[in-house]
Amino acid sequence: MSALPLLDVKRLREDFPILQRSVHGKPLTYLDNAATSQKPRAVIDAITRYYEQENANIHRGVHHLSEVATAAYEAARENVRAFLNAPATREIVFVRSTTEAINLVAASFGRSRVESGDEVLITTLEHHSNIVPWQMLCKERGAHLRVAPIDDRGVIDLEVFARLLSPRTKLVAVAHVSNALGTVNPVRDIVERAHARGVPVLVDGAQAVPHQAVDVRALGCDFYAFSAHKMFGPTGTGVLWGRAELLEAMPPWQGGGDMIASVTFEKTVYNVLPYKFEAGTPHIAGVIGLGAAIDYLNGVGMDRIAAWEHALLVRGTELLRGVPGVRLIGTAPQKAGVLSFVLEGVHAHDVGTILDQEGIAIRTGHHCAQPVMDRFGVPATARASLAFYNTFEELDALASGLRKVIEVFA
Amino acid sequence: MSDLRELYQSTILDHYKKPRNFGPLPDANHHAEGYNPLCGDRVTVHLFLDGDVVRDIRFEGSGCAISTASASMMTETIKGRTRAEAERIFERFHHLVAGPMEALPGPEEVGKLAVFSGVRDYPARIKCATLVWHALHSALGDAGTVSTE
Repeated sequence: MSALPLLDVKRLREDFPILQRSVHGKPLTYLDNAATSQKPRAVIDAITRYYEQENANIHRGVHHLSEVATAAYEAARENVRAFLNAPATREIVFVRSTTEAINLVAASFGRSRVESGDEVLITTLEHHSNIVPWQMLCKERGAHLRVAPIDDRGVIDLEVFARLLSPRTKLVAVAHVSNALGTVNPVRDIVERAHARGVPVLVDGAQAVPHQAVDVRALGCDFYAFSAHKMFGPTGTGVLWGRAELLEAMPPWQGGGDMIASVTFEKTVYNVLPYKFEAGTPHIAGVIGLGAAIDYLNGVGMDRIAAWEHALLVRGTELLRGVPGVRLIGTAPQKAGVLSFVLEGVHAHDVGTILDQEGIAIRTGHHCAQPVMDRFGVPATARASLAFYNTFEELDALASGLRKVIEVFA
Repeated sequence: MSDLRELYQSTILDHYKKPRNFGPLPDANHHAEGYNPLCGDRVTVHLFLDGDVVRDIRFEGSGCAISTASASMMTETIKGRTRAEAERIFERFHHLVAGPMEALPGPEEVGKLAVFSGVRDYPARIKCATLVWHALHSALGDAGTVSTE
């Protein structure tokens, strides 16, 4: 890591038009990256270019524009495959979001595999989007949702997790990185234990892809889901990667155009992968924007991003620990991108409002992870979440903003 | 900082730190819970209604400075009032924090509650101020749990 050249963050920030603006008369300090990240000029331009020069529906027309749009859309699919080091482009399914990817697996894989009395195993630190689809599935099938606990640092106990795997477990669904705590889960160890019992593993990668290189072959998982907008791409676009043999065996999810090979009123023959799962006109511009985001990230270098963010996280942790009354929520040894905390005597909402007046954007609330809040006995936390374009100066601004909060409430 | 003092007035901070009429009310005959799904805050209003008059009122729950102070000052304002008076004060309070500028109630209409006038400049925080009032409204009508959504 130390051999890597540091990021020229000052120059990289110039790639992001929004980072040049001010809020309430102060320079914007954007520390809400786990909610959504900002977009570089390259992504904005790719989307604009598509609408200005290439706009047409894909996989349909014989005309020039349709061929150009189709080529751009499919080039992004190959881009995603390479980004994940996935074996095949036909394993890359474009969806709206991480949430939709998980719902697809719950509805298609889940309904075809999970029977009454079966089990789905998740963990305490999941985002609601990796809880509710499984709850809905379990309710419908008469199955049971099992939850692996976390300790006071926000770390999964692998032994307890392994004991919760049973002959009835049909799927494990686990976050790669926790959005509320920043914990990086030991996905490889989780997969190893699940596979030892023949159980496939879905990984919610929404909070991992902006921070570190992801290699689905090295992780060994069976499904990987993420959203473009948290990795500097547009909203409304997400990815489900799945092993071809699993995706092949799964029934289609939504019916419509593009997902069929032939239709008569008697019988429809479904299209091949990945189109079987891509009914209707997709978010073409969004997918092209995602491709541009991946190009941009490759240019910066995921390993350099991870190293810089680690330095930010270490500094941010030190600074927050130096603010009187701050308690960090989530202190796992392996963390990425998230500083979640409570301030004694001040509700997270008030922290958020006062920091906002300083131009500092953070998230306050339960972060769509109410079971995590319950686990730590807090109604809400304040969360500063990092991206590679953040600086030490911004962390200083956060710490002095918190001192201002304390002053107001003194 | 001066802007922030418009929102976090000393009266509001005082009621946040030392909420009045806080806790259970064993004699209560009307209750309602308010829930803000955005932040997970919950507040419960207990009323002892004697005919048409709010003889006693207390609240429970945890929330931010704005919601806690709003609940605390609401209980002080509503105690001893009739249902109709309580509803009228709720309406004025709503106008104070969220209504159009031309309908802004004067200080004589809202009394001490005027300290919440700064909330209208923070749209994300209006629900914090009104949550407990919505709960009061349903407790008066016995509607049970209300949500700000």
